[in-house]
Amino acid sequence: MTRPAHFIAHTGRVSLAAIEEMGYQFTLFAESLYWLIAGPFVSQPVRLSAVADEMMKIGVLAVPVVVLLSFSNGVMMAIQGIATLQEFDAESQVVPGIAYSVTREFGVLIAAIVVAGRSGSAIAARIGSMQMSQEIDALRVMGIEPVRHLVAPILLAMLLMMPVLTLLADSAALIGGGLYTGIVLKLSLSTFIDRCFDTLAVYDLMQGLVKSLVFGILIALIACSNGFSVTGGSEGLGRATTRSVVLSIAAIVVADMIFTYFLNR
Amino acid sequence: MPAINQQSEPVIEIRELITYYGERKILDGINLAVESGEIMVVMGGSGSGKSTLLRHLLSLNRPAAGNIRLFGKAVNKLSSRALHQMRQRIGVSFQGGALFNSLNVEENVAFPLREHTRLDDNTIRIMARMKLEVVNLAGFEKLMPSQLSGGMIKRAALARAIVMDPKLLFFDEPSAGLDPVVSADLDELILRLRDAMGVTIVVVTHELESAFRIADRITVLDKGKILITGTTQEVKESDNPRVQNLLNRRTEDIPVNADEYLQRLTDDLAGL
Ligand SMILES: Nc1ncnc2c1ncn2[C@@H]1O[C@H](COP(=O)(O)OP(=O)(O)OP(=O)(O)O)[C@@H](O)[C@H]1O
Ligand SMILES: [Mg+2]
Repeated sequence: MTRPAHFIAHTGRVSLAAIEEMGYQFTLFAESLYWLIAGPFVSQPVRLSAVADEMMKIGVLAVPVVVLLSFSNGVMMAIQGIATLQEFDAESQVVPGIAYSVTREFGVLIAAIVVAGRSGSAIAARIGSMQMSQEIDALRVMGIEPVRHLVAPILLAMLLMMPVLTLLADSAALIGGGLYTGIVLKLSLSTFIDRCFDTLAVYDLMQGLVKSLVFGILIALIACSNGFSVTGGSEGLGRATTRSVVLSIAAIVVADMIFTYFLNR
Repeated sequence: MPAINQQSEPVIEIRELITYYGERKILDGINLAVESGEIMVVMGGSGSGKSTLLRHLLSLNRPAAGNIRLFGKAVNKLSSRALHQMRQRIGVSFQGGALFNSLNVEENVAFPLREHTRLDDNTIRIMARMKLEVVNLAGFEKLMPSQLSGGMIKRAALARAIVMDPKLLFFDEPSAGLDPVVSADLDELILRLRDAMGVTIVVVTHELESAFRIADRITVLDKGKILITGTTQEVKESDNPRVQNLLNRRTEDIPVNADEYLQRLTDDLAGL
């Protein structure tokens, strides 16, 4: 084959594989929704204990890191904001600046990236090693749908925990920003919070929360689909785990950009 | 065919099954019927397609052509609901055990009961322990799969496979990698299960000794085709050279002649 033809063929194959993978992720999503809604009626419910377990692993255990990162992020935004705004003698405008960017962007972004890093890899590794040791096949031949048993609880836990983590991240970042602003501009934390609430509308908080749901779905589907498609021993498992984290973070950032474009026009 | 239950419908019926992995044909026109209550052993060299055949019987893979009937029903035409119900009547013990690594032995065995029945916790645990008794694993309930020996894994997997009292049991390589005593124990166990529960059993193995000990009938698979299906006697007396090859390569190897062995090892070494 000539070089350009080779290149085109390669590009074609890669795009086909990507489309196929997205199709598979969509199937996982649709099937999980089916089991969450219809499962109880066909006496194959999604186990609440499994959902609680996933909420613990995905959400509760991520709280310390999310809070720490968001708090630091809030402080950094205050430092940069005050430094920049000082040039225009407008440092008091730092409050709405922080309030908007935290609730619309950074709170949810930090929560999502932490979850993608922690749970994106853990989920892919867990499902992948079950695939390798034929545990998935064992589930299937027992008449237990792996999607119902494994994916649906993860998806539901993501949908429940991502907004919670996002709100926590928002609060931690605002407190971080407020404390720094307070020290530098001699503003009490309560005044800072009051001003934040004056500035913020429900719309701003909702922007973050809606995004958190979408990011949670993306992480769950990418991690699960990478886990299920593990082939080729422990090397393949490592590849799937890495791929799951990299792809989830990429998907989150790209989705965020698209959201921001449409929501802030 | 001196099958046990010739009047009734076969439990498994495979017709002209053809399967591929990618471009490569793995199974090529398989025809096989397994009668109710018999122990059918699928035998064949490595790579002959035994595990592939098993995966198709379990509807884990889709065939390119041909059809499979279980309990008289064509599996590829079943609704997912019907397949779900049929699978509760089937027990499987995989080659590597496929125990759930996050659950201990008792939880593994109890797992199908928890998912498929509404029995209370105590009843479930008692039933799981009864099956562990059957496979001689009483006292090991709390061990995790990673703490088990190879033979214990196979026995735990067998206990899990029979916990729902299946009508049809698949057992992949019961004796591979086990010492002769443990392997004979497992064979004994399989025979007892059939007698006690009247379950139809399909065993996949390449261990000749074990195959002849438990089989009512044997089917020999070679390069994706069935060479012969018949009683142990018929298989032994087959004049198909490929079957004889498969049988003899093993039976010749088993009694080790110490002198010849030393001879082979030290052949043309200097100074001896
Ligand atoms: N997932 C797969 N993808 C591609 N080829 C496969 C796959 N699984 C098995 N094969 C091929 O199919 C053929 C039959 O494999 P199978 O596992 O059925 O053999 P087997 O009779 O069970 O052998 P063994 O006794 O060694 O377990 C082999 O040549 C193998 O390379
Ligand atoms: Mg095999």
